[in-house]
Amino acid sequence: MLDDVDRRLLRYLQGDPALAVAELAGRAGIGAGACWRRLERLREAGIVLGQEAVIDWAAMGYSVEVSLRVTLDKTQSRAFDEFIAGARTIPEVLEIQTFLGRVDVRLSVIARDMVDYQRLYRERILTLPHIADIEALMHIARIKSDESLPL
Amino acid sequence: MTVLDEKDRALLRLMVQDASLGAGALGRKVGLSQPAAWRRVRRLQEAGIVAGRRLRLDAAGLGFGVTVFLGVKLAAKGPVGLEDFERAVRAIPEVQTVEHVLGLYDYRLRVVARDIADFERVLRRRIMTLPGAGQVEANVLLSEERRPGPL
Repeated sequence: MLDDVDRRLLRYLQGDPALAVAELAGRAGIGAGACWRRLERLREAGIVLGQEAVIDWAAMGYSVEVSLRVTLDKTQSRAFDEFIAGARTIPEVLEIQTFLGRVDVRLSVIARDMVDYQRLYRERILTLPHIADIEALMHIARIKSDESLPL
Repeated sequence: MTVLDEKDRALLRLMVQDASLGAGALGRKVGLSQPAAWRRVRRLQEAGIVAGRRLRLDAAGLGFGVTVFLGVKLAAKGPVGLEDFERAVRAIPEVQTVEHVLGLYDYRLRVVARDIADFERVLRRRIMTLPGAGQVEANVLLSEERRPGPL
């Protein structure tokens, strides 16, 4: 189980995953050796899965980001599997999420501009199988994006 | 805009999987010397393409079993309303991401909670009491897949 020191380490690491062990240990008020052992234990326990670089797609020229909320035709038993398999083949799809609620599947899609988005939407998205309804939310601004857990 | 070649894209793909890799390890995997890989990584950071790092944690293992996406409509719009809402929503620890969107809803929130009862507490005490919050739609996340994107 996690104790307060573990939680503190995770909080600091969430804030800055690039922190060196010595710096992290200093902030948490423990020795570097103890800090290293705790991190190792958190990794072995599968609590810390790793760290990923965050890509700013707008800086790569993808200025359009759309959240597509899809309702599937659930009379087709393979609707989810076949829709998701199709969505995976579209490079511009960044996220595929399934839900319990009014929305079945959500796709996060990027495009270079509206012309590019129009092509993508008409040629790749609308041709995916088993779509009953589709709603689009156009992304305007990201207000908070750290995805931190409230530890 | 920074023009990326195949080596840059290969570096980005590796960094998205594991941001803790050093220039030496990155270089070996894509066939570059350590200094050459380091220069490219720095250029990607300076261009804002690599916007930072994110720690990957096992949310369920840490006791956060429920993720809910909320669509929130503001009751009244206006510049003051937006600012008040954004300041307040950003401060809620259980809210992991906030996106300002255009469409059926004004904001899209990713909320994490220990269980459904805990989510109800967050919804009633924190979300419904946000300044300007109107209609709220909730969808419980069942599965999530992050794709590498057009790299």
